[in-house]
Amino acid sequence: MTQLLSVRDLKVHFPTAKGGTVHAVDGVSFDIRRGQTLGIVGESGSGKTTTALAVMRLAPITGGEIDLDGTPISRIEGEALRRARPRFQMVFQDPFSSLNPRDRVGRIIRQPMDLLGLGEPSGRDARVEELLAQVGLRPELKSLYPHQFSGGQRQRIGLARALATKPDLIVFDEPVSALDVAVQAQVLNLIRRLQRETGLTYLFISHDLGVVRHICDEIAVMYLGQIVEKAPAAQIFAAPRHPYTQALIAAAPSLAPEHRRRGGGARLQGDPPSPVNLPKGCRFASRCPIAVEDCRQRMPALREVAAGQAVACHLA
Amino acid sequence: MTEPVLDIRNLKVDFTTRRGVAHVLDDVSFSVAPGELLAIVGESGCGKSMTALSVLGLIPSPPGKVVGGSILFQGRDLTKLRQSEMRKIRGGDIAMIFQEPMTSLNPVFTCGEQIAEAVRLHQKVSPRAALARAVDMLRAVGIPEPELRARAYPHQLSGGMRQRVMIAMALSCEPKLLIADEPTTALDVTVQAQIFGLLDELRQKTGTAIVLITHDMGAVAEMADKVAVMYAGRVIERGPADAVLDDPGHPYTRGLLASIPRVDADPDADLPEIPGIVPALTDLGRGCAFAPRCPLAVDACHAAQPRHVALSGDHSAACIQLEPREVPA
Repeated sequence: MTQLLSVRDLKVHFPTAKGGTVHAVDGVSFDIRRGQTLGIVGESGSGKTTTALAVMRLAPITGGEIDLDGTPISRIEGEALRRARPRFQMVFQDPFSSLNPRDRVGRIIRQPMDLLGLGEPSGRDARVEELLAQVGLRPELKSLYPHQFSGGQRQRIGLARALATKPDLIVFDEPVSALDVAVQAQVLNLIRRLQRETGLTYLFISHDLGVVRHICDEIAVMYLGQIVEKAPAAQIFAAPRHPYTQALIAAAPSLAPEHRRRGGGARLQGDPPSPVNLPKGCRFASRCPIAVEDCRQRMPALREVAAGQAVACHLA
Repeated sequence: MTEPVLDIRNLKVDFTTRRGVAHVLDDVSFSVAPGELLAIVGESGCGKSMTALSVLGLIPSPPGKVVGGSILFQGRDLTKLRQSEMRKIRGGDIAMIFQEPMTSLNPVFTCGEQIAEAVRLHQKVSPRAALARAVDMLRAVGIPEPELRARAYPHQLSGGMRQRVMIAMALSCEPKLLIADEPTTALDVTVQAQIFGLLDELRQKTGTAIVLITHDMGAVAEMADKVAVMYAGRVIERGPADAVLDDPGHPYTRGLLASIPRVDADPDADLPEIPGIVPALTDLGRGCAFAPRCPLAVDACHAAQPRHVALSGDHSAACIQLEPREVPA
């Protein structure tokens, strides 16, 4: 079993103007095997996007190790980092702001190859056409501008740009959440087809449980900067152990008959606490329906409760 | 049977653009009774938000214009009202909550002041009484420490709290009809569930009719009594939520439902797709707007608009495949 990506005790802290610290990512560890997909789910402020950005070396790393197939990408800088960059690429959430409106699509896709000096310059335009075809767009569309495409097509362009460097790992940050459901299905199918054909490894950030169930082999649930539960995708839906995971699954709107006109089925009250003034015990305790005094005093560690399933809860 | 609060009949709205006339709404009809929740569902650009804006008389004109049909609210046709008459209804008997609770609240006034302003626009009460009413409303929508929150500015509240403030404001004048345009799209699922619970409780308690505009079929299932599915400015299917979700008649509704990634689906199978994209409203042909993407389309689909065909009770869909076949001579 070969791990392509290994993240150990990752921390990303930001200072606030008032002298406090935002613990955006606070001790996160996970591995992704080659050719597999790990999904990270959580609500806004859980640190899932910051985790993705840290893996991409686009957020300052406060502590911990990130290893990509033997390369310690959390520790390298400058030219060494630049040389490693082709191996990990990213597809962003917003298909509008993540493409330069003043560049033609061909240039957008070609740019990573130009900047990182990949392949012969004379061959790059042919490669652009090949990439467009790979993501299901006609090669002649390379001379158009981003605004001439729909949201789904733009997300295909973002994917072609990520593929341009022939990466091992692609990090997706909510790649379909800005798309309508019919278009979302097209893009999700494309993302899966590319993995089947090329053996790519994915880190997939999403708040949509249906989407991660469909696309991921393993799922990690984040709450306030930490992973509270991690398990194979089927397992986490069949037998969620953490009360937060259970609440997330219960709150996800569904067409199932038992969800009809139940008015949302809310289980949790309130909002997550501030990531600046963290409680000393379990971070979920203030919203947890089953919390006891011990939860407010001691922070639970992630521990294995079943094969491949780890939970950070005293009561699970 | 109770009189509907809102009864939209054959509504047509055109926008004049440089590329020609766009039929933004074409022959839209539906009704909502007191305490009932109707969901309007469809992809971006299908006309769901335009339907909401036309009920409130907020269609930008020019370029937009109501060119046909009627919007009956408690029996009065809103399309015939003057702006001054419409202003009395808007925010009073008909209230609206928007998708983005940050941009729809004024950042320089406290939440309490903004709710009190809405109250004083529609009711003759003192500023002090209006503010007290604002605090009551904040309490009613489940905001903890409402006296304190009334003095808070919008940026001091979370997204879920801000949406509660919007709901408090919308409900402060006891509307007969509440239009909620994607009220939870910007919120997390656990907070969305709270807001849904709140809306559901309010309509049961006060009998307010709700029109919920959403792109999320899951939200429809959780909330709606009735559904209108829109495509390219038309209602292509409508009926009781269970009938539409369990036994969809229109190929578009079927495709939309099938393309949702489900937690209980086989994760190894590809998601069924609807090929292509939503057409531009300026170049719709004479026929069914969905025909170019429809797996069942035949020549006749491109020739003329399909009529609504009753499937069972109030459930109907506009598809030529559902029309009774003519018997060849």
